[in-house]
Amino acid sequence: MMIRSATILLAFAIAAGASSLTAQTVTSGLRGPAPLDDEGPAPPMLPNRNTSEKEVRNYPEQPPVIPHTIDGYQIDLNGNKCLSCHARARTAESQAPMVSVTHFMDRDGQFLGSVSPRRFFCTECHVPQNTANPPVSNDFTDIDTLLSRSSPGGRR
Amino acid sequence: MTSPKLDRRQMLKLEAAAIAAAAAGMPAPALAANLVTERNNSEMKWAKAACRFCGTGCSVMVATKDNRVVATHGDIKAEVNRGLNCVKGYFLSKIMYGHARLTQPMLRKANGKYDKNGEFTPVSWTEAFDIMELKWKEAIKKRGPNGVAMFGSGQWTIWEGYAASKLFKAGFRTNNIDPNARHCMASAVAGMMRTFGIDEPPGCYDDIEATDAFVLWGSNMAEMHPILWTRLADRRLSAPHVRVAVLSTFEHRSFDLADIGMVFKPQTDLYILNAIANHIIRTGRVNKDFVAKHTVFKRGQTDIGYGLRPEHPLQKKATGAAKPNDATDMSYDEFAKFVSEYTLEKAAEMSGVPLNRLEALAELYADPKTKVVSFWTMGFNQHTRGVWCNNLVYNIHLLTGKISSPGNSPFSLTGQPSACGTAREVGTFSHRLPADMVVTNKAHRDHAEHIWQLPEGTIPDKNGAHAVLQSRMLKDGLINAYWVQVNNNLQAGPNINEETYPGFRNHDNFIVVSDAYPSVTALASDLILPTAMWVEKEGAYGNAERRTQFWHQLVSAPGESKSDLWQLMEFSKRFKIEEVWPEELIAKKPDVRGKTLFDVLYRNGQVDKFPVSDIEPGYANDESKAFGFYVHKGLFEEYAQFGRGHGHDLAPFDTYPRERGLRWPVVNGRETKWRFREGSDPYVKQGTDVQFYGHPDGKARIFALPYEPPAESPDKDYPFWLSTGRVLEHWHSGTMTRRVPELYKAFPEAVCFMHPDDAQEANLRRGDEVKVVSRRGFVRARVETRGRDRPLRGLVFVPWFDESKLINKVTLDATDPISLQTDFKKCAVRIERVNLS
Repeated sequence: MMIRSATILLAFAIAAGASSLTAQTVTSGLRGPAPLDDEGPAPPMLPNRNTSEKEVRNYPEQPPVIPHTIDGYQIDLNGNKCLSCHARARTAESQAPMVSVTHFMDRDGQFLGSVSPRRFFCTECHVPQNTANPPVSNDFTDIDTLLSRSSPGGRR
Repeated sequence: MTSPKLDRRQMLKLEAAAIAAAAAGMPAPALAANLVTERNNSEMKWAKAACRFCGTGCSVMVATKDNRVVATHGDIKAEVNRGLNCVKGYFLSKIMYGHARLTQPMLRKANGKYDKNGEFTPVSWTEAFDIMELKWKEAIKKRGPNGVAMFGSGQWTIWEGYAASKLFKAGFRTNNIDPNARHCMASAVAGMMRTFGIDEPPGCYDDIEATDAFVLWGSNMAEMHPILWTRLADRRLSAPHVRVAVLSTFEHRSFDLADIGMVFKPQTDLYILNAIANHIIRTGRVNKDFVAKHTVFKRGQTDIGYGLRPEHPLQKKATGAAKPNDATDMSYDEFAKFVSEYTLEKAAEMSGVPLNRLEALAELYADPKTKVVSFWTMGFNQHTRGVWCNNLVYNIHLLTGKISSPGNSPFSLTGQPSACGTAREVGTFSHRLPADMVVTNKAHRDHAEHIWQLPEGTIPDKNGAHAVLQSRMLKDGLINAYWVQVNNNLQAGPNINEETYPGFRNHDNFIVVSDAYPSVTALASDLILPTAMWVEKEGAYGNAERRTQFWHQLVSAPGESKSDLWQLMEFSKRFKIEEVWPEELIAKKPDVRGKTLFDVLYRNGQVDKFPVSDIEPGYANDESKAFGFYVHKGLFEEYAQFGRGHGHDLAPFDTYPRERGLRWPVVNGRETKWRFREGSDPYVKQGTDVQFYGHPDGKARIFALPYEPPAESPDKDYPFWLSTGRVLEHWHSGTMTRRVPELYKAFPEAVCFMHPDDAQEANLRRGDEVKVVSRRGFVRARVETRGRDRPLRGLVFVPWFDESKLINKVTLDATDPISLQTDFKKCAVRIERVNLS
C-alpha cells in the first residue's frame, strides 16, 4: 500500500511538473476502471484481519479498531460477547484491553458501577478491519508528525 | 507505518540514548524525544462544529494545528450526544484528507476548447465561469428561465441553500431548484403539512429519556442514527419496563434490541397502521376529549398513481393522479367505519407478521398508561405511499392524544445533516420558499419579494422541476444548463441507467458539478468545480429536532477550492439584470437597471449590512474576505426575517457561536422543546392546552387512507424484492467515508444480502458473484448470507454506498405522487450467478 501510494504521488508530481494545463484523467479510484455506463466485476470477499496486535490510533480520542474478527459475536438484549474478555473483571484472564474508563460514565458524566448502557453496542464505534487494501489513501497527518515538523531539528 | 517493528527492549534503548543525549546538552532529534511538554507546541486549538454526516446533529470538538485538523471527538457540552460520536463521527478528522482532493476547476476540452467528449483539463476559475456563463445564457435564450436548473442538498449550510434559492427563484426567475433531500424526507414534509399545516416534528430528542415505548417504523437507527440509538439503548436497558418494537422488511441491527421484532411484506405497513387505528377504536381507547377538541377527519384522494412518466400505463390508469393531495371532510363515525375492515387478523395475514406481535404493538399505542415514541426514516419516506404512512402514524398518535408531551412523540428522523435546517426551513425545494411558504401562493410570493426588496412578480408562480423530473427533463433536452452542488445524484438518484446518465451526456446539455472529490456525478459532468467542505468554511446546519448549530471556519480549503457559497455569489456577478429579467419587471423597479444579480440579490443593503469586523477574532472567513462584508451573518439575518413572528423564529446570529444549538421557535431567548403544547410552545394560545396552529382552525387532520399496491412487485421473471439502504460505517454515497481507510476496511464493498435458503435454491454460496438484474439495469456483487442484515426469503438488500456497484441502475424511479420522493425500497429483480467463487 505504501509503494502504491508513492507511485500515485510520483505520477502526480510528474504530471504537475510537465504542465499544469494539460488534460488529466480524473478518476475516483473508488469505482475501478468500469465506465459509468457499464458495471465491472465484484472482487472476491476477503477475510477480516484476525490478530491481537493493536493499531496506532490517529489521535487519542479515536476509538481503537478491532484487530480480530467478531463473526457471530452476540451483542443484543440477552448479552454482550465483547465484555466476556474486555470487561474489567475479565482482563487478567483474557489479557484484552479493559473497556475505557469513559465507558462507565452516564450521560451526565457520573461513573456507574458497570459499563453504561449507552455504550452497550460496541460496534457503533469499534469496527473490525478487512484485509482488503483501500484503493484511495488518506493524507491525514497526526499531531506528533506535525509537532516534530515544527520543532527545531525535527523531521520535515 | 510499515517500518520494521522494534521490540520493547530496542525501543527502550533508543529512548535512553535520546534522554542521555539531551542531558549532555546535545541536540536530540525530536523524533526520539518521547513527550512534548512545552505548552506552545503541544497546544491545539479546539472549536465546536456540527457533525458532517447524519441528521442526528451531534456536536463535535475539532482540534486544529498549523491549518490542519488533527483530532475530533464528541462534544461533552452538547445536549444531543454528550461526548459521544459514532465510528464515522470519530473519523471526521480524516474526511477532508482523502488523497487527490479536487483542487482546481476541470473542464472537458479537446484542442484547447470546451468539448462535451473532451478530457478533463485544469482551467482557471475565470475560464470555468466564462463557459458556465455562456452556457447559462444560451440555455435561457433558447428555453427561457426554465432552461436552467440546480440540484442542491440537505448538506448545504443554511446560507448556501438560502443564497442558491434566492439566485434561482429571484435571480434567474426559475423554480427549477431542488435538494437531494427530495430523495430523503419529502414525504415527511408533505405528511406534516397535510396533518399539521406546518413542517417539522412536534417533539424532540428529550422524548427518548421520557418514554415507555419505542416503535421503529422502517428505521434502522442502530446503523443510521447511531447516537440516537445509544440514547434509546440507554433508556431501554436502564429502565427495564421500556419496550422496543422494530418493523422492517428485513431483519437488521436494530432488531438486536427489539422486544417485539416484526418483518413484514413490503407495502403492508399501510395495513398495519390502519389496523392499529382500528384496534384503538374497537377497544374503546380513543382519547375522545382530545380528538373532539384538537382534530378533524379527512378522506384522502385515492388511486393517486406512482409519479412515473405520464405515458406509463400505471399513470394512465390512475384515476386520482391529477389531484393526489386532495381530501374531503368526513366524520369520526365515517372514519371508524373506514378503518373497521383493517383488522389485526387481516394485517397479520397480509404482512406475514405473527398476530400476537401485532397485538403487542397495537397495545403500546392503545394503552393510555404507555407513553410512546414512533421513529421513522426511509422505510416510510421512500415509499410510493410515503405521505400516507406519515399521515397514518400521526392518526394513531392523535387518536390517543399521545403527542407533543414528554415521551409522546411521532418523530421523523432525517438522513442529512441539514435536511431540516436548509432543505426544509430555507425551502430549497422546487415548490417552496422559506418558513413553509410555497411559490404557488400569491401572498407568500409577495411576502418573499417584500423581504428581498424585489418587484412584485419576480418569483415565478409555478412549481419548478423536482429531483426526478429534473433528470427526465435533462434526458429530454428541456433543461440545458445544470448545476449540482453537494450531492452525488448519479449514484443516489433512482433509475440512473435510463433517466439520469443519458441526461448528463445529452449533447444539448452543460453539466456543472461542485464537489471536493471526483464522485461519479462529477466524472459524468462537463465542468467540475473544486469545493471547500465542512470546517473549511463557516457553516450552520439544522438537525432533525429543529436545532440550529453553527461552526466557524477552522482551516483553509486546499488549492483553489472555494465554498459553494462563494461559487454561487461570484457566478451571480456574471449576469446583468437585463439579461435575466423582462423589461416590464425591471420597469417596476428601475433602479436595478444596469446592476448585476450580485448587486440586486446580495449587495442589497441587507445581506451586505455587517462588516467583516463582526467576524469573531481568531477565525478565518474566506468568503467574507473575498466579498468585503460578513456574508454569512447578512444572509442569515435576512433569511431569519421570514420565520420570526411566524412560528419559525431563529435567535440572533450572534447567539449561535456561543450555544450548542437551539431548537426553534426561539422566542425571547428561549427554545421550544414541544411544539403545539401550552407552556412549552409560545405560539399556543393560553387556555387551549394544545393547539395545532399550523391549520387556521387550530386542529390536526386525521386521514382515512387505504392500502394500495406498490408500483412494481416480484413476478415470474424478476422474483425478488430489492431494497436498498445504508450501512453504519459509510455515509450515503461514500465519497468521504470510503476515503478513510479505517472506514473503508470496516465495510469495503457493497454485498447482496440474501436468505441462505434462497441462495441454496439458486445453487449459490456466500461469496459467489451474482448479477442483480432489474428491467432497467444490473450490478455485480458478492452474495452475503450472514452478517448484519438478514432478509426473509424473497427479498435481497444491497446498500448503495459503493460507487463500484451502482445499485441505482437497478431501482425504479416511481415516486410518491404527493411528495415526489422516490421509493428506493421496492422493485423487482432477479439474481443471476456470474461464476463460482
